[in-house]
Amino acid sequence: MPEPDTLTSPSAMLERMMLIRAFEENNCALQAAGSAPGTCTSVGQEAAAVGVVAALGPNDLILTNHRSSGHLLARGADPGRILAEIMGRSTGYCKGKSGSLHVSVKELGVILTSTIVGGELSLATGAALSLSLLGGDAVVACFFGDGAACEGIFHESVNLAAVWNLPVLYVCENNQWQAFVRRDETMLIDQISSRAAGYGIEGLTVDGNDVQAVHQAASRAIRKIRQTRKPILLETYTYRQRGHYEPDDQNYVDPKELAAWVAKDPIGHLKNKMLGEGTISAADIDAMQKRVHATVAKAVEFAQNSPFPDAAELTTDVYA
Amino acid sequence: MPQMIVNQAIAEALAEEMRRDSRVVMFGEGVATKRQELVAEFGKARVRNTPLAEAIIAGTAAGAAATGLRPIIDLLFEPFICYAMDQIVNSAAKLRYISGGQFSFPMVVMALTGCGWTVGAQHNHNLESWFVHTPGLKVVMPSTADDFKGLLKSAIRDDNPVLFFTDMVLGYQAGEVPGSEHLVPLGSARIRRPGTDLTIVSYAKMVHTCLQAAEELAAKGISAEVIDLRTLKPLDESTILASARKTGRVVVVHEASRMCGVGAEVAAIVAEQAFASLKAPVVRVTGPDAPPPSSYALEQAFMPQPARIVAVAQELASGEHPHA
Repeated sequence: MPEPDTLTSPSAMLERMMLIRAFEENNCALQAAGSAPGTCTSVGQEAAAVGVVAALGPNDLILTNHRSSGHLLARGADPGRILAEIMGRSTGYCKGKSGSLHVSVKELGVILTSTIVGGELSLATGAALSLSLLGGDAVVACFFGDGAACEGIFHESVNLAAVWNLPVLYVCENNQWQAFVRRDETMLIDQISSRAAGYGIEGLTVDGNDVQAVHQAASRAIRKIRQTRKPILLETYTYRQRGHYEPDDQNYVDPKELAAWVAKDPIGHLKNKMLGEGTISAADIDAMQKRVHATVAKAVEFAQNSPFPDAAELTTDVYA
Repeated sequence: MPQMIVNQAIAEALAEEMRRDSRVVMFGEGVATKRQELVAEFGKARVRNTPLAEAIIAGTAAGAAATGLRPIIDLLFEPFICYAMDQIVNSAAKLRYISGGQFSFPMVVMALTGCGWTVGAQHNHNLESWFVHTPGLKVVMPSTADDFKGLLKSAIRDDNPVLFFTDMVLGYQAGEVPGSEHLVPLGSARIRRPGTDLTIVSYAKMVHTCLQAAEELAAKGISAEVIDLRTLKPLDESTILASARKTGRVVVVHEASRMCGVGAEVAAIVAEQAFASLKAPVVRVTGPDAPPPSSYALEQAFMPQPARIVAVAQELASGEHPHA
């Protein structure tokens, strides 16, 4: 059985972010070419995924949402099997029954992906209850967005985790857009972590485009949750650089706002920092770029050569 | 065989299954407060009160079920489940299929429903057909104490999400209940009274109404067979069809509203698969297309009564085509 990846060095985190970017941009190209269905990308949010997932241990569980590629790839999922799933092939992680929207990989602890916004919040408490009652010090990392923080289930989930002492790291990727609605149209606050105080738990906001800052904050929070068994709300303040789904021309986005966030791009940020420190060279980055493109090319070949599910699969897996 | 009321039979089933399997946990609004005997035996970690928050109660059950526990949740009254529809329908029922079979959801959702306590439409609403229509779910509605115990035990052991509905007036109805290893399989109907002239198909407390009607029909020389479905999904089609083929006349009785109710499905199955045996159209006797009322008099008018069933059955048996 494959083991979850544990990334520790800045260069490993950089290369994984580059892989996520290359994978998702390739998905967009496949969609544009009519070769694959549209997906919801996490372009611009790679640091939140990699920084948090890198701080998790092998027994920890992840619940994600419709923007899941980053979380899956950060955990070490096979890009070929994710793409096969997106393309509805039987070699996908869910036998082609999920499509892009709800990819779970139980063997890597990426469980119960729900694309009903807030669905992941409703299931995280139960996974954490199992961890609590069945022993061990594992934790649940639950990824959701500022949109889900507007659902009533956000309140019910965080409150129950607080009163039941459940080991959940709530990771709110505040990407400033809720489908086609600006976040500031939906709430009067700027930082969702400020809501934590209302539940009697710790909340903090970190620069979601700085993978090292995210990793450091997540590592500290996870250590604390393992000790106290109390949930923490970690907000990664970031930006959704592409549309809600592919294709989406984003004509509703102010170009100046987008440009300002692209200038703070998480991959560019880490590259510049490491080049400045002298901890990486341009040649190293070039080699990384070649590797991730080769990985994506291999994934495309695998997915495109995989068969569609047999029609008999239509009614299997309905009941246990 | 010991006599007990339905609520005791339920309590016995819960205690026996929690004793048998340490993965069985129970939570909901007031569960720990009202089931102190379970807290005393199994501890506060396994028997829990929750906030008044049906959505997260059901979501927590689904998440726990998929990761190794076997939760039972009490959502109190059936209309309250509307708050938990996403967790039951989109998560518990679908995520096994969507994930390609990676997860299973062994969980039981309990709730009360039915006319009789004059609680009105936001505490009483027989919504069973919504869940019957949802792939991935099972639905149980027993009518007697022994079946409450045996079906609840089977529901707890089932690896799928099971909706377990208790017609609230049955809670205090007594009956004989066998000892601990009394299991009634899901998906098996029970012939409550054998007969030859017509078949009455029903479930939950309407079974008792139908048995009264059958008694009155017998006095008039009409032999009615009464089938208690017990489980609405999976539906025991073979018991229904065998009886329909034998009698050639079928009446379906339920308290839920008629349109797209369980009766519609029973009628369709009989029409599709036993048409050649039918001597008359299948007739439904149901509640009206109106929210369940609270006034006692209106509640009684809402529910099918023995006299109405007798009248329909007599017309059917006489070859007329009744308008139920």
